[in-house]
Amino acid sequence: MVALERWPRDGVPANPGAWITRVARNRAIDRLRRERTLDAKRPQLERLEALRVAGEDEPDEVAEPAVADDRLRLIFTCCHPAFAPEARVALTLRTLGGLSTAEIARAFLTSESAMAQRLVRAKRKIRAARIPYEVPAADQLPERLPSVLATVYLIFNEGYSASGSDELIRRELCAESIRLARVLGEIMPREREIDGLLALMLLHDARRAARIDARGELVLLSDQDRSLWDRQQIETGLELARRALAVRGVVASSAPGPYALQAAVAAEHCRAPTASDTDWDRIRLLYDWLLRVQPSPVVELNRAVAIAMAEGPQPGLDALDAIEGLDAYLHLHSARADLLRRAGRTREAANEYDRALELSANPVERSFLERRRAGLAQ
Amino acid sequence: MKYMLIIAGEEGGMEDVSPEEMKAVMDRWSAYGQELVDAGAFVVGEALQESATATTVRIGDDDERMVTDGPFAETKEQVGGFYLIECADLDEAIGWAKKVPLRAGGIEVRPVMDFSGSGYEAPSAATAEASS
Repeated sequence: MVALERWPRDGVPANPGAWITRVARNRAIDRLRRERTLDAKRPQLERLEALRVAGEDEPDEVAEPAVADDRLRLIFTCCHPAFAPEARVALTLRTLGGLSTAEIARAFLTSESAMAQRLVRAKRKIRAARIPYEVPAADQLPERLPSVLATVYLIFNEGYSASGSDELIRRELCAESIRLARVLGEIMPREREIDGLLALMLLHDARRAARIDARGELVLLSDQDRSLWDRQQIETGLELARRALAVRGVVASSAPGPYALQAAVAAEHCRAPTASDTDWDRIRLLYDWLLRVQPSPVVELNRAVAIAMAEGPQPGLDALDAIEGLDAYLHLHSARADLLRRAGRTREAANEYDRALELSANPVERSFLERRRAGLAQ
Repeated sequence: MKYMLIIAGEEGGMEDVSPEEMKAVMDRWSAYGQELVDAGAFVVGEALQESATATTVRIGDDDERMVTDGPFAETKEQVGGFYLIECADLDEAIGWAKKVPLRAGGIEVRPVMDFSGSGYEAPSAATAEASS
């Protein structure tokens, strides 16, 4: 369960030491709200042109509406594979999201000067290596689109993570990534991985209010108050997830992609009226499928949890034991601990929680694991 | 804009190659070179002898020139050749890099510095003649 609920956070580093003052935060939010109303006329093209000409200078606001094509060109430039993923995220947020360098720095728990450096280097590279400002040709699109989608998803994950930077900033990141995916979907309506990603993010985001309780503690999916879920957003997400999964045409390449499959898993959770109504057989099947499209030990871990939910703790533990290369991954240990607990193997479960605690530096996560460990029947 | 494709890979492996295989390898490389020429992208390109033949001059403290044996770094992958090509942008250069008929290893795509308009002039055959 832990692995399932936390899966979207994979790979997102968390530095619990960060904090910001209330004043600075309120100012940032005011600014974001102001920006939001200017949404339609964000001068994306001018932003990039300013970047290319001035390099280090912050682009000026120009009240000229950007056409869809410009935005699309811009996002492909910002998410060019010639940039490291962190640089793609920063560039995308800075030029398309309209976040200030300080806000991006705060969201990613780094200093403003370090973030400014990262942006300067990326902008220099655009000019120095002449990274083109254009939408890749149709034959290049399958290769280039995943990097764009991964960038958007990284932004979402940073916003969705249960700890780390300030809550309000994180909410903005989620909203921003959803907005970006919507824009992509409008411009490229035939790419159903975009639908899949948008569905995945909407469905996760719809559960936001139920994920953290009043004391700031993480609430497991199975324990969440489902009346707190945003039903309207879930309906939108479910429809998109359906579209993303539907086979269009008869060519083999139209098989569902990784985002469509992950969205389908999220849809199963959102569809279930109660946790015990969850269709774990279908979720397991979806993970089988996902494993073929995108083999990874983390997917195997999620599949093992689904097996445990569908068939019982022992088959789940067997599947966990078959996974290689995740020994330093805390969610493997917390998942194993949970299955051992359910199998009545309390002492082994405690050892696994200890191992998971050794690997966690995140206070919300640690508190969760400590509570689970303390809750073991002695 | 000019880009250098710096080609690196593990050395060796050609000792036991039959003459037919060797010819097939060479044909692939010359076909690639010809494609660059036909597209008007080719500026210059060479294959280098193996890194065991390399000598490196190191600049020490006090500006001292030290001659050492071997390449820059004794890494598994070594530079084995390069192309200098003329392209519209990075994507075009990456496109050419992807076509390099290398079996294993990597191709680094490096934009060449452009000094035009900077007041500095890169040495060229013309300036060499003028100063002689």
